[in-house]
Amino acid sequence: MSTDIGEFTDQEYKYGFTTDLDTDIVPRGLNEDVIRLISGKKNEPAWLLDWRLEAYRKWVKKPEPRWQNVHYDPIDYQDISYYAAPKPKKSLASLNEVDPEVRAMFDKLGISLAEQERLSGVTVAVDAVVDSVSVATTFKKKLAEVGVIFCSFSEAVQNHPDLVQKYLGSVVSNQDNFFAALNAAVFTDGSFCYIPKGVHCPMELSTYFRINAADTGQFERTLIIAEEGSYVSYLEGCTAPMRDKNQLHAAVVELVALEGAVIKYSTVQNWYPGDAQGRGGIYNFVTKRGLCAGANSKISWTQVETGSAITWKYPGVILQGDGSVGEFYSVALTANYQQADTGSKMVHLGKNTRSSIISKTVSADHGQSTYRGLVQIHDTAIGARNYTQCDSLLMGKDSGASTFPYIEVKHPSAKVEHEASTSKIGEDQLFYCRQRGIPEEEATIMIVNGFCREVFKTLPMEFAVEAQRLLSVSLEGSIG
Amino acid sequence: MSPNRATGLAQIALPEPAGQPTWLQRMRRSALDWVAENGFPGHDDEDWKYTRLGPLLAIPFELAQPIDSSLTASALDVLVGNCGGPRLVFVNGHFNPQLSSLTEIPKNIRATSLRTHLHQTEESGASRLFPPPQNSFVALNSAFSEDGAYIEVPPHTTVERPIHLVFVTDGPADAAPILASPRSVIIAEANSRLTVIESYVGLRPQVSLTNAFTQVILEAGANVEHYTLQNEPATAMHLGMLAVHQPAASEFSSYALSLGASLARQEIRVALAGEGAQTQLRGLYMPRGRQHHGHVTSIDHQAPGCTSRELYKGVLDGQSRGVFKGKVVVRPGADRTDANQSNKNLLLSEGAEIDTRPQLEILADDVKCTHGAAVGQLDEEAVFYLRSRGIGQKAARDMLTYAFVSEMLGLITIPELKTLIEHAVAQQLEADSTDDREKTLAGEIRSR
Repeated sequence: MSTDIGEFTDQEYKYGFTTDLDTDIVPRGLNEDVIRLISGKKNEPAWLLDWRLEAYRKWVKKPEPRWQNVHYDPIDYQDISYYAAPKPKKSLASLNEVDPEVRAMFDKLGISLAEQERLSGVTVAVDAVVDSVSVATTFKKKLAEVGVIFCSFSEAVQNHPDLVQKYLGSVVSNQDNFFAALNAAVFTDGSFCYIPKGVHCPMELSTYFRINAADTGQFERTLIIAEEGSYVSYLEGCTAPMRDKNQLHAAVVELVALEGAVIKYSTVQNWYPGDAQGRGGIYNFVTKRGLCAGANSKISWTQVETGSAITWKYPGVILQGDGSVGEFYSVALTANYQQADTGSKMVHLGKNTRSSIISKTVSADHGQSTYRGLVQIHDTAIGARNYTQCDSLLMGKDSGASTFPYIEVKHPSAKVEHEASTSKIGEDQLFYCRQRGIPEEEATIMIVNGFCREVFKTLPMEFAVEAQRLLSVSLEGSIG
Repeated sequence: MSPNRATGLAQIALPEPAGQPTWLQRMRRSALDWVAENGFPGHDDEDWKYTRLGPLLAIPFELAQPIDSSLTASALDVLVGNCGGPRLVFVNGHFNPQLSSLTEIPKNIRATSLRTHLHQTEESGASRLFPPPQNSFVALNSAFSEDGAYIEVPPHTTVERPIHLVFVTDGPADAAPILASPRSVIIAEANSRLTVIESYVGLRPQVSLTNAFTQVILEAGANVEHYTLQNEPATAMHLGMLAVHQPAASEFSSYALSLGASLARQEIRVALAGEGAQTQLRGLYMPRGRQHHGHVTSIDHQAPGCTSRELYKGVLDGQSRGVFKGKVVVRPGADRTDANQSNKNLLLSEGAEIDTRPQLEILADDVKCTHGAAVGQLDEEAVFYLRSRGIGQKAARDMLTYAFVSEMLGLITIPELKTLIEHAVAQQLEADSTDDREKTLAGEIRSR
């Protein structure tokens, strides 16, 4: 740990660089013509265009939500370019054809595609998304052998239209909420994943998102379908280069787990949080929802949110199948002027459904963290069970932490427990560490890591390491 | 808030009683204007999210008039208990001197009808008795309040016996729906100490709305213990607001009990404005049938070193609904805050629903705050144990439910009140959930 500290001293946003790509950008503004243009550029079938237009018409009528515990200047939706794609769009046969600049950018991020392709021992497939269009997909062949489809959303629309049509919007409809409707209208790409019946996906699937072109919103859409008895673990990592102007990211993630299927979805989000004065940074307004459609299915969300100026999302699970399980593990860290309003929604419909929510928030400097969650036990959910624990750690007199759980129980056999605590970092723990010669900063990071341990241990190994490092970086200068 | 203006409540004409100071009439007028402007809370108002006001707002209420109640002081003893202290009785919001016992009031303490007090007061002296409206129902109370209690305890004075305020609704069962707006003010000066009980009951199954507002103003070091016992008939609706202001080193405790009414909501707002103030909020709600019981609390830690404790328990039977919302806010600078909140619920039947929302909003860092909420049911193994010893199914379940509630009963410090509430709670549990409440209540009054 001590080497990490030294390494990160005086370090600002590590991933703050822009790559000069020749981007194909649609003029700013949003109207039906822009949507037709996006749909046309992507050579989409008519039903998808209709679906987009329907979403747009609903979106226009929807008021922008105001209930959230985050504050930002009004977004001018007509001042955003809704489509940006790196120019070389011809289909690629191998990684060597990938734009060298793109590859250099990924090298800086430490996820060199070349390296991954070369080292056969690595079992992570990266569907790298640069500004909305997937530029390279690795390990596709290996996955194809077992029948797993893992490709960009656009490819899926072309190659597997029936699957896309069947499941798109089945969990998050095109009018679910303001930002989901906006996403449905203008989404440009994303990832698609289909695990056939009984298949245990042989590797962790992974996507790196990166917002590159200035003033372009990102509207990613991810759809994962796990057929009966299948298993998949999906990793999502996000970084964005340094920008002065706030950027909107309104993604939608839909997960469908059929009978006995397990989906594990992990996110490490370290988008640009803005500078120490709170200027710039990403607005991360995302709708993530899973549907446990079949009996005994399981969906597990793990998120580590250290980036973005504003994080605002509630990954949830609809527990429809009897005996299905929903899990949510979250670490949200806000430093400087970051704000986070995040939590989970667990909707229990089926019998003997179980869910657990573990949320850890850390607020430093002027950071404001909010846990907001909903646990809903419907009258059909006999024997449902929920356990929720939200802990907040405060560091600095200007930081804040709020907890807003909503618990709605409509069946007498339900057992629901909610516990929350908020406190300052333990003076006695700090004293103990310092007494043993550990400097304050290091001790603090150690304590924070301990506080978040319960969540980190649910992450895949390489992510757990990255998450701990991110936490230390984000807390730089916030201590003492 | 979605303004909800076209309602019976906002259309009631403002009366102009003789002898009322002009400033008071002006103040009432502006409160009614506030209601007209802001409307009533809709379902998108977080504080009212689970409480549907539509049916209530559609009822064409008329202002409650003073009546000659058939009630006697001894019948009242049975109905609300006799705690041996002074008793102020208000029928349909109007002070009833015959039923009240003012002889018990200690000499140096002022305990009178608020109306009398206001009529003797200059505008400048009454400004703190009319804080800016916090919601439409408080504003409505300001506009229409007939009367209530005014209690003022001088510094360094301890009031030995609890002061009992009794609010009764009465009138012919077929009368038009009535609105009663009791309003009380309790002022405890520095280092004084007193206990106040507010009982809300109704005599007949008439449609009524009690829209109560009570202010408790403590001075430094004062200690006030407060009870609100709501046991109105099943045809009644009850909305209550208790606003508490606590300066340094003051201590306050409240106990909110909801047994009756078809729709009941009790809100408490506590401002911990001075260093070292302590507050304790306790509550018990036991809706059954189609009753709706809501409890909303808000504790605002504005000063450092304050402590708050909160415990609410609910037992829900039949098709009833319980709502709990407890908010704890810690303002910047309110360091060394120690706040603890707990809400526990027992669901007894299919069709019953509980919506609970404990909330923490913390803007200071040196704090220790926790909250917890739990929803569960009777332990079937415990039921089995009792049944294996020859205790019937219903008796076993009642026994275990009573055990869940008994923690709350143990917190009542006034013996006479404790006996009365134990009896009422047992009755609530034993009664078949299909039984009509008004029958038992009316029968109880007649049989005694």
